[in-house]
Amino acid sequence: MSSTIKKIKNLKELSTANDRFEGAHLLCPGCAHSIIVRELMNCTDDNLVISSNTGCLEVSTAVYPYTSWDTSWIHIGFENAATSITGAEAMHKARKRKGTLKDPDAPVKFVAFGGDGSTYDIGFQFLSGAVERGHDFTYICLDNEVYANTGGQRSSATPIGSSTTTSPAGRISYGEKKMKKDLVAIMAAHGAPYVAQMSPNKWKDMLKKMQTALATEGPVYLNAISACTTEWKFDPKDTIAVSDLATDSLVFPLYEIINGTELNITYRPKNVVPVKDYLGVQGRFKHLFRPEFAHILEEWQKNVDAQWEYLQRREEARV
Amino acid sequence: MVEKMDLQEVEVWDGNFAAAQALRQAQVDVVAAYPITPSTPIVEGYAKFLADGYVEGEFVMVESEHAAMSGCIGAAASGGRVATATSSQGFALMAEVLYQASGMRLPIVLTVVNRALASPLNVRGDHSDMYLGRDSGWIQMDAFNAQEAYDLTLMAFKIGENHSVRLPVMVHQDGFITSHTAQNINPMTDDDAYAFVGKFEPVSEMLDFSQPVTYGAQTEEDWHYEHKAKQHKAILDSRPFVDKVFEEFKKKTGREYKRVETYMMEDAEVAVIALGTTVETARLVAKIMREEEGIKAGVVAPRVFRPFPFDNVRDTFKNVKAIGCMDRSSPGGALGALFNEVSAAIYTGDNKPIITNYIYGLGGRDLTVESLKEIYRELALNAKSGKQNGKIQQFIGLRGPKLEYFE
Repeated sequence: MSSTIKKIKNLKELSTANDRFEGAHLLCPGCAHSIIVRELMNCTDDNLVISSNTGCLEVSTAVYPYTSWDTSWIHIGFENAATSITGAEAMHKARKRKGTLKDPDAPVKFVAFGGDGSTYDIGFQFLSGAVERGHDFTYICLDNEVYANTGGQRSSATPIGSSTTTSPAGRISYGEKKMKKDLVAIMAAHGAPYVAQMSPNKWKDMLKKMQTALATEGPVYLNAISACTTEWKFDPKDTIAVSDLATDSLVFPLYEIINGTELNITYRPKNVVPVKDYLGVQGRFKHLFRPEFAHILEEWQKNVDAQWEYLQRREEARV
Repeated sequence: MVEKMDLQEVEVWDGNFAAAQALRQAQVDVVAAYPITPSTPIVEGYAKFLADGYVEGEFVMVESEHAAMSGCIGAAASGGRVATATSSQGFALMAEVLYQASGMRLPIVLTVVNRALASPLNVRGDHSDMYLGRDSGWIQMDAFNAQEAYDLTLMAFKIGENHSVRLPVMVHQDGFITSHTAQNINPMTDDDAYAFVGKFEPVSEMLDFSQPVTYGAQTEEDWHYEHKAKQHKAILDSRPFVDKVFEEFKKKTGREYKRVETYMMEDAEVAVIALGTTVETARLVAKIMREEEGIKAGVVAPRVFRPFPFDNVRDTFKNVKAIGCMDRSSPGGALGALFNEVSAAIYTGDNKPIITNYIYGLGGRDLTVESLKEIYRELALNAKSGKQNGKIQQFIGLRGPKLEYFE
C-alpha cells in the first residue's frame, strides 16, 4: 500500500482537487459533514474504500438509484461501519497474499465515517473492537453532538445544557444534564497510534491530521467537530463562523495524541473568547441565558478551562 | 502456497470438525468470528489450520456475533470467499445483519450449530435459531449427521457463489448430537475438494478500483419493494442450481442429496416429517414399525429448508393418510412453523391427509425411539379411522400432564 502524501498548498487547490464526493447530495445547506468528507477525499490520490454508519451522511449520499460516492462505499447498519471496513481491510490483506487482487499494487486506504450517535453510543463496541484488533484504517466521527438524522435526540456526545428532543429545556429544566463523554481520551487509551480532534474551520490543521491518519499504519481515530445548522439552530451561512467560536472558545480544543501518550495541542487561539459567546449564537443553548440557569453558564466555562489546563499539562508531561 | 493435508479415506470427525475441514478445503479468505457454544470448535479449527499453515486467509476475532457478520459482509463485498459459524444467542444477535448480507446478495457461508434460545439459558440443541433465520433471505440447508455437515458446507460455497444465485447460505447441524459426536467421515482429498468448490469469482467488488461500487444504499417506498421482490425471486430461482450442485457432488462422491429427502415413502401410509438428527432416529423407527407392527411408515425431511420445497413436499405426500410434523422449537402461541408450511403445501394438493403437530426436544430433551413409536401408532390410528384422534398440536416428552391444543 505504498503511497505518497499529496502536497496541497492552498484552499483553492484543495477544493478543486480530484473530487470523488459528488456535490449532488441531500445534506442540509450549511452542514459541515460534506466539508469534512470532501476534504478527506481530496487530501489523497490513493484509492479509497469507505464505510458509513447509518446517519445524516449515509441517508443523504446513497439514495437509490443515485450515489454521491465515486469510490467504493459500503453501509450496513447504524453501528458497524468500523467492522465492515475492517472486514474489507482483512479481505484486502488475504487477497494480496494470495495474489487474487485485480491491481495488487494499487495504493488503498480504508476509512469509516460515523456520526456521534453511532460512534459514542450504538457503535462504540464495534469501534473499540476494530481499534483493539489493530486494523489499518481511519475512523472519522462527524460529531454534531446529537442524533440529527432522527430529529435531534441527545447522545452521549451531547453537552450539558443543550436542549434536544429527549433532553428538552423547559420551565424547570436546563436541558441535557450530563457532560459530554471524552471519546478522544478513550480512543487514545486503546493505544491507537494516532488520535486527534479537528474542525473544518481550521482546514490546514484538519488536512494535516487527515494526511497523518492515512499515512499511519494501524487504527486511527479522528473526532471531527461538525457544526449542525439544523439542531444547533444557527443560520446555514454561519457554519464556519460558529466553528471558529467553537475552537477559539476552546470548547473544541484541537490536538492530537500519538501512541496514546504524546499529546500535542495543534491550535492555540490568539484571543480566547468566552464560552458564552459560542453558546450564545446557537438556539440549542438559548435558555441558558435565563437568570435561573446562570450557574450552568459558569459551570460550562469552568469545565472548558479545566479541560484546557489538563491538555496543556498532558502536552508538557508527554505521558 | 498452503500445506495440503493428507486425509484418510475414512476419518473420525465430529460435526464441528467436519465443518472446519470444509472451510479449510474451500480455502476461505476471511473468517470473522465470535465464539459460542456449541459452534466454537468450527472457528477454532480454522484458527488452528491458519496457525499450522493449512490456510492462508485472515482470521478476524471480533467482539460479538453482530460484528462477526458485519465483518463478513465487509469482507464479502471486497470480493473473496467468506465464512463464519454461530449458534443460538449469537445467531439472534446476528439477526439484523443476516438480512443485510442477503439484501446485498453476498455469498457468505454460515455454519449454524443449532441450539435453543434463552430464556431460560440453555446450550443444548433445538431448532429455534434455525427458525429465527427463516425469513432472512438466506438459503438454509440442514445436515442430519457429521458427514452431511461436511458435504453440505462444501456445497454451500458452490451454490451461493454461483453468479446466477449470489446468495448467502446457512448450513445447519444439531448442537452436540451432531456437532460433538465423532462419526466416520469420508472426506474428499484436498485436490478434489479444491476442484469441486472452485475459484472464487468476484462480482461488484469494492477492491476493483476501476469500477467503484456502492453497497447498502437506501430505498424507501419507491424502490424497496422491488428490491425485496427480486431477492425473493433470486432465492426461488436458486432451486435448479442447488439441484445441479447436488448432482455434481453425487458424481464426485457417490453421495446423493435432494431438496426433500425421503425414506420408505414409496408405499407409506403414515409419515413423519422432521429436521436435523431426528430424521435419522425416525428412519430407524419407521423400519422397526414396518417390521414389527406392520405399519407402512415413512420419513420425509426437507434438506433445503429455504427456499422451502413447497411442491416437492406436497408431491411426496400425495398418497399418505396421516402425517406427523415434528417441530423442535417453542411455537410461541401458534402451530409449529414446519407444520404450518407443510399444511399449506398439502392444502394445494388433491390428497388431504390428517396432519398432527408434535412439539418435542426443546433445549436438547431427547426424542426417544419409544416416543417416535407412539407417534407412528397414533398416525396409524388416524389413518385407519380417517380422523384426528388426539389434539392437533401435542407436546412430546414433557413432564407433567399432557399439553395439547387445537382441534
